[in-house]
Formats: sequence, C-alpha cells, structure tokens
Amino acid sequence: MRIQFELNGQPVEIDQPPMARLVDVLRIELGLTGTKEGCGEGECGACTVLMNGEAVNSCLLPICQVQGASITTIEGLGQMADHPMQKSFLEHGAVQCGFCTPGLILSSTAFLKENPNPTRAEIRRALAGNLCRCTGYQKIINAVYDEAFAKGEEK
Amino acid sequence: MIGQDFQRLDGPAKVTGQARYLDDIPIANCWYGVTIRSSVPHAKLIGIDRDPDFDWSNITFVTADDIPGENCVFLNTPDQPVLVKDEIRHVAEPVALLAAPSRELALEARKHVTLRYEECEALLDFEQSKGNQIKIFGDNNVFAKAEIRHGDIDAAFANAECIIEGDYYTSHQEQLYLEPQGICAKPREDGGITIFGSMQCPYYIQNALGRILGHERFNVVQTTTGGAFGGKEEYPSILSAHAALLCMKSGQTVKMIYRRDEDLLATTKRHPCKAHYKTAVDPKTGKLLAIDVSLLFDAGAYNTLSPVVNSRGVLHAAGPYYCPNVHIIGEMVATHTPPNGAFRGFGAPQSLFAIERHLDRIARELHFDPIELRNINLFHQGQETPTGQVLKAPLAEAVWKSALDFAAEHPKDSDDFDCNADDTPRRLARGRGMVVGWHGAGFTGNGESIFKAKSDVELNGRDVYIFTGSIDMGQGLDSVFPAIVADTLGLPIERVHMGPHDTAQVPNSGPTAASRSTMVVGAVVKKAAENLIEALKAEIGASDGETFAQMVDRRQNTAPLRVRAQYPGDSAVWDRDLYRGDAYPDYAWISVLVDLDVDLDTGEILFRRLFQSADAGVCLNPQSVRGQFEGGALQALGWSHSEHVIVGQNGAMRNNHLTDYIIPTSLDAPDMSVDLKNIPFESGPFGAKGMGEMPHDCPAAAVAQAIEDATGIVLDELPMNPEAIVAKLLARSEKE
Repeated sequence: MRIQFELNGQPVEIDQPPMARLVDVLRIELGLTGTKEGCGEGECGACTVLMNGEAVNSCLLPICQVQGASITTIEGLGQMADHPMQKSFLEHGAVQCGFCTPGLILSSTAFLKENPNPTRAEIRRALAGNLCRCTGYQKIINAVYDEAFAKGEEK
Repeated sequence: MIGQDFQRLDGPAKVTGQARYLDDIPIANCWYGVTIRSSVPHAKLIGIDRDPDFDWSNITFVTADDIPGENCVFLNTPDQPVLVKDEIRHVAEPVALLAAPSRELALEARKHVTLRYEECEALLDFEQSKGNQIKIFGDNNVFAKAEIRHGDIDAAFANAECIIEGDYYTSHQEQLYLEPQGICAKPREDGGITIFGSMQCPYYIQNALGRILGHERFNVVQTTTGGAFGGKEEYPSILSAHAALLCMKSGQTVKMIYRRDEDLLATTKRHPCKAHYKTAVDPKTGKLLAIDVSLLFDAGAYNTLSPVVNSRGVLHAAGPYYCPNVHIIGEMVATHTPPNGAFRGFGAPQSLFAIERHLDRIARELHFDPIELRNINLFHQGQETPTGQVLKAPLAEAVWKSALDFAAEHPKDSDDFDCNADDTPRRLARGRGMVVGWHGAGFTGNGESIFKAKSDVELNGRDVYIFTGSIDMGQGLDSVFPAIVADTLGLPIERVHMGPHDTAQVPNSGPTAASRSTMVVGAVVKKAAENLIEALKAEIGASDGETFAQMVDRRQNTAPLRVRAQYPGDSAVWDRDLYRGDAYPDYAWISVLVDLDVDLDTGEILFRRLFQSADAGVCLNPQSVRGQFEGGALQALGWSHSEHVIVGQNGAMRNNHLTDYIIPTSLDAPDMSVDLKNIPFESGPFGAKGMGEMPHDCPAAAVAQAIEDATGIVLDELPMNPEAIVAKLLARSEKE
C-alpha cells in the first residue's frame, strides 16, 4: 500500500506491505540505520523513534499505522552531535557501546518536552522502556537531569 | 588528558546514529545465512532431510561434509565441532547451515529441513557428571581441574575448636549485550575471505579459521561492537566459521545475525557453580585458621574457555582474607547443555559470592558482626595469598575503610539517595550489605610475560595511527589508547587515531579479555609510542629540547614510519603446576555497600543505593572507569535478583526472550556512587591497573547480606528472586 508520512521533517511516500515493521522500513528501505533492533518484541527500546513527538518502539509498529504521522529518528535530531541532549549524553559519559544510545536520546528528548522540570525519579520512570546493559543508567539519568536543568536556566 | 575526564572519541558517531554496527553496513547483494540446530540434548545424527517439494535452486546448503579442513573450533582442546557430524551433544547445537539471497527465503527454507536422530540418554545435571557412565569428555567428564595447597589444613582442622561448613550456588547468567551476535563473510579477490562483525578477539577467529578452512587466505575485521561482556570472546569463532563456509560454497557475501531468541538459546552463559566451604575459625577472635574449598562448575558440552574460568574461580576463592592454611580445588565438568563461557569476572564472581556468604555464615554462627569479621580477617600489606604472593600495598584496607566511612556518613535508614520513587503502599524492610573483594587483572601468573602482546604505532603525514588487536566493545579502548599515545607524544588527541581493527594490518595483542587491555596492551601501546619517538629521532637526527610535534614538522620524508612494541614483561613469578607464586601481576581491590528494601509481601527487592570504593591504579579516564563500575555493578545486581535462566528438561533455556529474561531497567537501578583510589600501579601505563571485570564480583553477596539484614532470611543461592524470598518468608511464618 502507498504510505505517506513525514520523516525528519521531509515528506516521504513509499509503497510497502501494510504490516511491514517501521524499523525495517527505516533501516532497509530508507537506509536510516541509527534506529537499532535489539529484541524485536518491544522490550529493549533500541528501536525507539518519535511518532508525533511520542517515543514508540518501531519494531512493534506496522507501517500502515504511520500513515500521515510525523516520525523523527536519531538522524533527524542532529547529524553534528549538536542537539542539547546529544551533547549532554557526551559530556556525562552516558555512552558506552552505543547500541541503546539513539533510542535513549529520543526517549529522553520526548520526555523533557512533556515534563521540562522532572525529578530524577520521573526520569527513571520515563526511561524504563529503554534497556542499557553498559552504564547502569546513572550517567544517563544525570545527562537528562542536567539537560533539563540547563534548559530551565535558559528560560 | 590522562587522568582527567575526557569525552570518548566514538561518542559523536554513536549519539547521531552514524556509528555502523554490522547490520548497519550497506552490503550489495548480501546473502543471509541461518543455522539448523538440534532440538535434543544428546543423539546420534542419522540424517538431514530436505523437503523435496521445496525449491532449493537458490539456496546454499552446508553440512559437516563441506568443511575443507578440520571440523573443530580450536581453543583449548579440539572437542567442539563446527557442525555436528555424528553425535549431537547439546540442544541448539549447529548441525547444518543454509544461505539465500534474502532473509525471508533463508528462514522459509529452514522450515523445510528435518533432522533425523536416534535419541540417547542425556546427562544434564552437572553434579552427576564426574565419573558418570554417560561419557561426554575424556574418561570422567572433567574438562579441567585446578588446586591450591597452602600451609597445613589437616593439622589446622585436627586442632580446630570450631569448624563451620556451608554450600553455595550461583546460577547461569546471560551477558545480554544489546547488539546480538553477528558475522559477515565476504569473498576476496584472491579467493580468500574477509570476516567482519561483532567480536572481542579477532585473533581467536584468525587462529581458529585456518584449521577449518584449510587455508590462510582470510582476514578478520571488528566492526563497532554493541556490548560483549565476554559473550563475544569465543562464540564469534564458530559463527565466523559458519559464515565462511556458506561464503565459500555460495561464492556470495553471507551475513549471519542472530535474532535475540536464537542468541539466548545458543550462545554462551556464565558457568553455574556449586561451592562447598569448610573453615576452621577461632571462636574467640574470629580469625580464619583454615579454609577448604571445593568448586564445581558446569561447563556444558564443550571445553571452550572453561579451564581458565575454573582457574580464576579457584584463585579468588579464599577471598580478600588472610588465612595461613588453605586448600582449594576446582573442577569443570561436562553436561549435555550449550557450552558456558566467558562472562565479566570469569569465575571470580562465583567464588567471591561463596566466600562472602560463608563469612556471613561464620558471623551468624559465632555471633560476630559481619563487618567486624571482615575487619578481623582482611588482608594486610605484606601478607601472603594462598598461592604465596606477597601483597605489596595496603589496598584492601584502603577500599574497606572507605566503605566504613561511607556507611557512617549515610546511615541505612537515611533517605539521602535518588532512586525509583515508588508510591505503591508496601510493607518494606530496609537492609544494608557490605562486602569486599579482589580481582587479579591480566593473564594468570607470568602469562603476559610469556605471551608478549604486540602493538604498532605509525606516523603517517602529521598524524599517528595505532594498530592493535584489542578492540572497543563499549568499554572505551578506542579512546583510551589514543589518549595514552597523545600524552606520550605530546600531541593533541585530534592527531592520534585508531587504525583498522583488521588482522591483516594489526599484530596480535591477545584477546580483549581478563581486564588486561588498558593495563597490559595499554603499556605496549605506550611503549610503541616511545619507540616512535626514538625511531623519528634516529631518522632525522635529534636536537635538544625538540618536541615530537616539532620533529614531525621538520621531517621531509613522507613515507609512513611504523614501529612495533611488545609487552616488556613484569615481575610475576609463577609455577603453573603447583599453583604457587604470583597468580597475577597484581590484584585490584573493591568494597561494595548496598542499601535495599525488601517487599515483605511480594519478595521484590527495591535497590536504593550502591557505593563502591575501588583501587584500579591510576584511572586514565575517571569518567569512563566510573561508567564501568556502575554498569558492572548493575549487571551483578541483575544476576543476584531478576536474571533467571530457566533451563528446561532438554537443557535448553526456556525463557529465551527479553520479555521473561529480566535485566535491570532504570527503575531497578540504585543511586550509585564510586570512590576511586588512584594509587599508581608500577607496571601499568601511567599507573593504571585492570578493572573491567571487578565490578561484577561483589554486589550479589552484598545483596544477600542486605536481605539477611532486612529480614533475617538467609539465601545462599542465586537468583535471590521474589519467588525465593517469598518462599523463605512463608516458610518462616508457617514455623511461627
């Protein structure tokens, strides 16, 4: 079926079977490999993308549901590592093997939009759908918390 | 730069999604390979049947008969076949392979293959393995045995006023790197093959493949690796062999990437271990007088790296405590289950859980405070370990004191931590656990001095490139090596780069394992940089006070200048037959404090706070070292509580999905802090010591002690999951 949606701010039109998974369309058809597949069952969150600003597991999303939606992948966040959340992850040492990183950065970004002044406990809850096996989450939570705080100061 | 927090060099590529893991690399006309595996633990293979109604014209099919060389993945012993020829020895064992131009077709074709076998009686219980009439390995199913004798335990037990014994069990654990196992094999123009993919040890693959393929026309390249933790130490060798065989037969580039369920089912896990401890203790002073330990590890069906895991378990089994009379024996036995293998800590977490629980048992039985018992027995500078190694520095005391200070500053009932704020009304009991551990980094004994790891450094134009077989799997090696070279040469880090991790271009620096890469290979890389300075001086003539950068500017020759260094050796003296001497170049030390709440109704554990104090020598990038401690500790908390590999009747992992193999999330993690001692280690580059595995050694025992502190319940087996806790709570309330 013909699917039209917005991808990283650009209109996209593709022909796909309705049940094709968004993660495959992004990675294989569109070459956006920043979105990772870690489990294929919606547990690890490595495939997280933003759909209309909300974090979703792209391995669970059939492409037919993306019709008319706006999708943001890690590639849409900033290719120069200059997005504030990307910078905060780098400064805090919140990146190790990096496989979970795109998903965590997207989840964190969506969360702070919704809740600009979170507590650490709220950050923990917001990121519980994104598994990281390397960091123990401490530096990730610090990165998100400090980014929220920095943003708060700018306002 | 060295000694300061600095940002990892691969960070920008990783936060933008530009880092290319194996499955992200665009490959034209790539075929997909899949594996046909056994579904029974022990059988005679009779036949491999392909559905005659299926169209096989576009499928490459490989069995053991297609192997040009030896059907053996060589590591320690030639026991593990690449593909089963006659006898199936574990469930999920690879029997045949197929490749097709698309993944869908390959997966469809696999459904049309049937294995015919004659089932045999399987040996699944490792406690029944030794000497069993069902033979898996050798005469008695024992892959390896290691033994330490120190002092005179017979006399000590004969004179003992008080003898305390206990049994302890630690379970399987899955490494759960987030990027699944994957390897791609690509034909080379010269008829050879390039292997590339996710791996820890390119030279393990290089050394294994020659025997299998019957030629040496291949090279091995590591791609960005999404976590490994030991799980990609030995397994990629068999996967590379599979991809290479499919590539040779089809003439196509063949990629094999496991789905998560296959990865969990088929690849290596931490070895389960049963430990029995018998100790003689002075009941008045609490001093350990004799320790007699026997460890039994489940290796699974093949030897892989198990002898080394056994050895490390044995060497750490008496813990960081002084005892004049020690006997430790460890055995690694075979079962008809998927082979267990390398996992962060490599045997030490198993035996350190046991010794720490045993100390708590002694404290309980003799009415000592567990902390006090550790104060009494902890190693001091100048004392001898069970192998006779003399401890050169008072580091056990230093890390333990930090934990005591932290405990005094933060009473366990204080809520001065950030963790999951759970609003659910619960009946909670708070507990605190405090334990201490040690970890020998590098190869055992004088292994590093014998092996002599090699690395190259090359001046090319104005920049310098590092060529080493050690890889970055997330721990940050591709950042710390450039920092070592940049500081040694006095160059900005922007001018220092990692060369390709390609066995065609790098010398063998040994496996990326054993917490050895920064400490040992880092020293080699530093030496190579020093050799480069000398080589450049020799080439262009030295003038006084000239910096390396100035010499580079003055150099006319544009040819690359490449130099090599090898490990200069260390002072370790080791008798591998008697297990006497310096078991490691040195030990690193750690103390762990954990605060937790136990839900008295559900048996859940809510981790609140985790403090670690560690001696890891000088930390070359403290931020990165902290990240290792935090991540390693959480991985160990998962092992202690939620990660339960459920083994079915056929020896297979039943919960081989992330829905029911539960690793910690951000909600499960405690608030973590790390105190780094930064005391220089003489043989390490800039004073660094190996530390990557140590964070996994102690948390599980600290959790057990904290549960006991909170509830009075004694747990000596992993996992200490809600089911185990509730069962104990119920048993106690029934008694009451």
